[in-house]
Amino acid sequence: MSVRSEAGRVAAVAWKDLTAERRSKANFNAVLFLAALMLLMFGFALGPDTATLRTAAAGIVWLTVLFSGTLAFHRSYQVELERGALETLLLYPGGRSSIFLGKLLANLAFVLLVEAVLIPLATVLYDVPVGRVTWMLAVVVFLGTFGFVTLGTFYASMASRSRAREVLLPLLLFPMLVPVLVAAVEATAALLGGDLMAESGRWVRLLVAFDVIFLGAAIVAFGAVIEE
Amino acid sequence: MVAEGIAKRFGRRWALRGASFRAEPGSVQAVMGPNGSGKTTLLRIVSTSLRPTRGSGFIFGHDLLRDADLIRGDVGVLYHAAGVYGDLTARENLEFARRMWGGAVAASVDAALERVGLTHAAADRAAGFSSGMTRRLALARLIMRPPRLLLLDEPYASFDAAGIELVHEIVRETAARDGIVLISTHDAERSAVVVDGVLRLKDGRVVPEEAPGLDPVRLAVEGAL
Repeated sequence: MSVRSEAGRVAAVAWKDLTAERRSKANFNAVLFLAALMLLMFGFALGPDTATLRTAAAGIVWLTVLFSGTLAFHRSYQVELERGALETLLLYPGGRSSIFLGKLLANLAFVLLVEAVLIPLATVLYDVPVGRVTWMLAVVVFLGTFGFVTLGTFYASMASRSRAREVLLPLLLFPMLVPVLVAAVEATAALLGGDLMAESGRWVRLLVAFDVIFLGAAIVAFGAVIEE
Repeated sequence: MVAEGIAKRFGRRWALRGASFRAEPGSVQAVMGPNGSGKTTLLRIVSTSLRPTRGSGFIFGHDLLRDADLIRGDVGVLYHAAGVYGDLTARENLEFARRMWGGAVAASVDAALERVGLTHAAADRAAGFSSGMTRRLALARLIMRPPRLLLLDEPYASFDAAGIELVHEIVRETAARDGIVLISTHDAERSAVVVDGVLRLKDGRVVPEEAPGLDPVRLAVEGAL
């Protein structure tokens, strides 16, 4: 199979998932609503002290993305199971990795879109100034999200065959996400704090390493995981 | 197609216990047997969707286990679940299939929709389709890219008379191209007009034909008894 035809299949799967989501909008609205609610609830739990809210903002935003984004991964495979579509999908010629990469792209676009609303909302709610570090913050958000979505898409495929998939996915996913979560929170916190110790660069390099390792491992293992 | 001792276990239950059979190019075989005899499992193994627990097989010269990727490109299926996406329109479902095949199709999306009688519903979401329309959409996929190995699981369910005739046309066309067709069905009477052999399963094993050229209707009646 040529790289061009595999790329075409990746694009087709991503297009199909995003078109289905655009039509229903059910998942996006639910995820966005949950994320906004979580930001508010964390704010109430921490109290009105601005300094406390600013200090905790990086961790809260990443945890909110993590918990709410997990819903998106469920939906990604649910559409394949509803009318026996997964069986047909697996019978198309070509590598199984194109299915994984297509779903990864669609989920990445979905979570980034949620973050595009969520992060500005968080900066207002928690009074966090990001003006000077906006672009560097965008890089950190992208790298952290990429690692999160890579693992989420992979483990959702593993959990999709299970009857207890809603419970199984967080149990499988969250422990594996700890390195990405720590690196993303530390890099974000360093940037929001002015990056006085120039720490963010180290965490960003670590995020890149995690992303590369997780993506490679997921591509290799996906074929075995998705088959019954 | 040659299958030797194909067995499949789900947990502690054996769905197939060692099915062996041959199917020649150009032949149409009905796979018959009572509920739970392993018909659907056999079709899914032959399609490469499932890996057998034991056994081996060759399809068009390819090893069923080692060359599953090569076999997959020759397979077309119509299962009870049509494998369509409800949030996509009929046209989008077929367009997606065309892109997944890398654009290599024998019939255009519009031609396939016309042949299955869904031109009027091309822009409608499949979620609103009746069961018969959904299965016609699945048939359109088979028309767009005619397979060498056609696997039909209870193909007459939800179809009206015209739909059944369409299924038979696709079966005859596949056989005429030296393809192989396996039809899992309980409807011996309907399938008798296209099948030229019966593969009868009982308790996960193929029951040998007693004599060549047996009437599939009679075999099915015996199987049901």
